[in-house]
Amino acid sequence: MLTAEGLTLHFGVIPALVDVAIEVAEGEVVAIVGESGSGKTTLLRVLSGLMAPDAGSVRWLGADVHAMGEAARRRLMRTDWGFVHQNPRDGLRLNVSAGGNVGERLMAVGARHYGNIRAQAIEWLARVEVDATRIDDLPRTFSGGMQQRLQIARTLVTNPRLVFMDEPTGGLDVSVQARLLDLIRTLSRELGLSVLIVTHDIAAARLLADRILVMRRGRVVEQGLTDRVLDDPQHPYTQLLVSSVLAA
Amino acid sequence: MSAALRTEGLAKAFTLHLQGGVRIPVLGGVDLAVHPGECVALWGPSGAGKSTLMRCLYGNYGAGAGRILLRHRGAEMDLATAEPRAVIAARRETIGYVSQFLRVIPRVATRDIVAEPMIARGMAREEALARATALLHRLNLPERLHGLPPATFSGGEQQRVNLARGFAPGYPVLLLDEPTASLDAANRAVVIAMINEAKAAGAAIIGIFHDAEVRGAVADRLFDVLPHQDAA
Repeated sequence: MLTAEGLTLHFGVIPALVDVAIEVAEGEVVAIVGESGSGKTTLLRVLSGLMAPDAGSVRWLGADVHAMGEAARRRLMRTDWGFVHQNPRDGLRLNVSAGGNVGERLMAVGARHYGNIRAQAIEWLARVEVDATRIDDLPRTFSGGMQQRLQIARTLVTNPRLVFMDEPTGGLDVSVQARLLDLIRTLSRELGLSVLIVTHDIAAARLLADRILVMRRGRVVEQGLTDRVLDDPQHPYTQLLVSSVLAA
Repeated sequence: MSAALRTEGLAKAFTLHLQGGVRIPVLGGVDLAVHPGECVALWGPSGAGKSTLMRCLYGNYGAGAGRILLRHRGAEMDLATAEPRAVIAARRETIGYVSQFLRVIPRVATRDIVAEPMIARGMAREEALARATALLHRLNLPERLHGLPPATFSGGEQQRVNLARGFAPGYPVLLLDEPTASLDAANRAVVIAMINEAKAAGAAIIGIFHDAEVRGAVADRLFDVLPHQDAA
């Protein structure tokens, strides 16, 4: 569904992406791992159309994402795609109630019946395990983990086909991380979602991903079946990455 | 009858880049074939590469050379060169692997862990949960544990969860790495019966069985795995 080739991007003299190719198929969960500064977040931004590459192409169902124009790209972001930010405050509207945050995405794709919108919002709050009595509260009164689950509900309510996730468990307590990972895993399977997830958490990648790409200094140094890359890493950098993890 | 799983000239070596690039050859020229309804026990001293061979057969380790031919959807596929998506499909439908350790998924109940591969193959959720419950009972795991995540279970309990998960779907090819290592005699007998039932149902089984009693009860023949000669 999503295909990118030859992606190259420089920040001044620093190569952020060097000839990166990636493909995400329907229903597939793909993880991009690597340490800070490896270019993984930049790659996610280029793939989702938020940032233009110096060279290379990104195609969604055959259409060139960077050639389609701002309006079409925004429409894609509201319909087929979803984006879960590392910081939930970047994906939520903090001065709008929890129910409003979820309902707003529905209204953006044309839903108008208030009762239906509220019913769907309640249903999605339940799916992400947010107490329905909090529907009229502002997200700023929520804990970090609850905000992240609310962001996921807001993203998934419109039934996207591909969800980009940038370190969705970063900055959360370990116990909350496990709950969130389980939620992402369950939802992606139940809904047949494609997910492209950027993480530096190897254990999370193992739990969620069918395939994994290892990035270093803007390049994909190794990729393949998740458990094979993690259990039988070939590239020196992947071996270092895997051996540096505490019992993943 | 054609083999359910066979290898041709399978070789595997590890290159440890963090230890100055030292190369450790483990397997070389392995030609193994297992037919439906047959159980082959890997045989050889500790460190000879039995577990490495098992992991290669499951696609968990990449093959260094040679072919790993699995009969999948009526044709042979080479696991050594297959795309990740094809390996995932083969694992869902055709080949199962029971390792010595259960990789626990946080917060997921034992019953759901066992039912998961059956649901992935298209079985209705209710039916899969019922079968999971029945298998857990057969392996003497009390009902009160079925709803709990196995993170806090004992080693033997976790191994039985692993066994239930591996046997539940009825894979045509099953890899068993020390399936009875931490089980008591009663549960060992259950596992022997389960292996023999799977064979009778046509499964091709490759196992590592250190327990002579278990090996004698299930294995049709031994396959020698020898320590690699040209090492160091």
